[in-house]
Amino acid sequence: MAEVSVRYETYGTLNAERTNAVFICHALTGDAHAAGRRPGDKRPGWWDTLIGPGKPIDTDVWFVVCPNLLGGCQGTTGPSSTNPATGEPYGLDFPLLAMSDFVTVHRRLGEHLGIERWAALVGGSLGGMQVLEWILTHPSEVDNAIVIAASSRLTAQNIAFSAVGRQAIMRDPEFRDGAFQAQGTSPDKGLSVARMMAHITYLSEDGFQSKFGREAQSGELGHNFGVDFAVESYLEHQGNSFLSRFDALSYLYLTRVMDYFDPFATPDATAALAADPAKVLVVSFDTDWRFSTEHSRRIVRHLEGARVPTSFREISSPWGHDSFLLTIDDYHRTISAFMERAAA
Amino acid sequence: MIHQLRPDLQLISRLIPERSRVLDLGCGDGELLKLLERKGCTGTGVEMDPVELTAAIRAGVNVIELDLNTQLDEFGDDSYDIVVLSRTLQNVYKPREVLRQIARIAVHSVVSMPNFAHWRNRFRLLGGRMPMSKDLPFEWYDTPNIHYTSLADLEPLFQSLDLQVDRRIPLDEQGHAHKLGWLAANAFASSAVYLLHAPR
Repeated sequence: MAEVSVRYETYGTLNAERTNAVFICHALTGDAHAAGRRPGDKRPGWWDTLIGPGKPIDTDVWFVVCPNLLGGCQGTTGPSSTNPATGEPYGLDFPLLAMSDFVTVHRRLGEHLGIERWAALVGGSLGGMQVLEWILTHPSEVDNAIVIAASSRLTAQNIAFSAVGRQAIMRDPEFRDGAFQAQGTSPDKGLSVARMMAHITYLSEDGFQSKFGREAQSGELGHNFGVDFAVESYLEHQGNSFLSRFDALSYLYLTRVMDYFDPFATPDATAALAADPAKVLVVSFDTDWRFSTEHSRRIVRHLEGARVPTSFREISSPWGHDSFLLTIDDYHRTISAFMERAAA
Repeated sequence: MIHQLRPDLQLISRLIPERSRVLDLGCGDGELLKLLERKGCTGTGVEMDPVELTAAIRAGVNVIELDLNTQLDEFGDDSYDIVVLSRTLQNVYKPREVLRQIARIAVHSVVSMPNFAHWRNRFRLLGGRMPMSKDLPFEWYDTPNIHYTSLADLEPLFQSLDLQVDRRIPLDEQGHAHKLGWLAANAFASSAVYLLHAPR
């Protein structure tokens, strides 16, 4: 690709020595707006619980950078961007991406900002996978890394969920082999079904139960095929609200990157990091069944086994995978402790 | 440093060679590993308590949350120079299995253990009460200690795993090396520290 645009936000102030820069990698459906409120925002940024003045990633201390990733649809070049060669959206002509491509673009953003070395890289889920890729391939640029609710190799079940989501999109008649923009259609049904199904994997069974139980959406159950249970209404809302902010092609491209990610597959995968180690904190949540604690333990086994300075916490939380976005005291205390140490 | 270091940890740190790679099982807030940093040692702590884990992370100690009873398989064979198990063996479900894992993870190990057969404990037991002391401070119904042993009963366990005792150091109730040395340690030591090595 000849040219890539990147949308990013920054919070806090870069110090004169340029030693306080923290890079945030967002998850599958995140964007550059990680923290704070822009004029007119109804809700703060997606990781506002964690990033801000006095928060675990304290913007009074750190200069925080968060871009939208390559292949996304929130301001950075992706498959629905215009292909300069044709003047049309890329569609399925957009190249398949790998985790290393995200990191390449992130590092170019660092160059653009004049930051050669990051005090910390932080990411959850797909964001954590980018952090892992970055420290394994360019460890000399990183002092500390936090990898939250991530995976170093998707399981068959993970790939299966991912595949069904993509099939929902691609089998939508409005998908038009990816040329839906040019043809004035939109695979909304497919994308919303993909989102609804994925959302089930982001919450724990107990989380759903305590939020909705078997409650009826409107007072009492009507016994019909419509949206009758409260949980159905919730999923319907999740699916529909997703349409206004996400692109079906980005969903295909980004989920596929996760499926193929397998950074420890080669025997020398940890050699560069072991030779120039960053300090790593790996965090999982005990009710996360999308990327269970075993995914994080696998990362820890590889890093600790290569003598990389590694810490690991399994946080107790009822909320499943989405816990990484929520305020959970033990989780936030752990991140605070690691970041305070990084600042010391 | 403002607070006084635990004397037994100072003693253990003296047993560990400079620049060793150390795995500290039941590391608490990482005090021993911090102490060992001054000797150029590196390593990892293992802990289960969230408050201790956070304190260790804040102190810059690498610490991994896992259960000693079931998850020591996470560590590779001979992946450390020395494993420390300080006042923890009495808390695990299967001490023999934990010692077997330790012998797999490193050739050398330091194991410390409270002595149930200390003379005060014997008197308390003769008086019809379960032993309680500075080294065994818990009520029977509220103790993390699920295995009690005398020093005399501990060494046969080491032998059964072919763990050789390189040094044995009896401690008084304050955690200092006991003045009487190993003489009648089974009656007079409140606890003891063993430096072991495993066959290879």
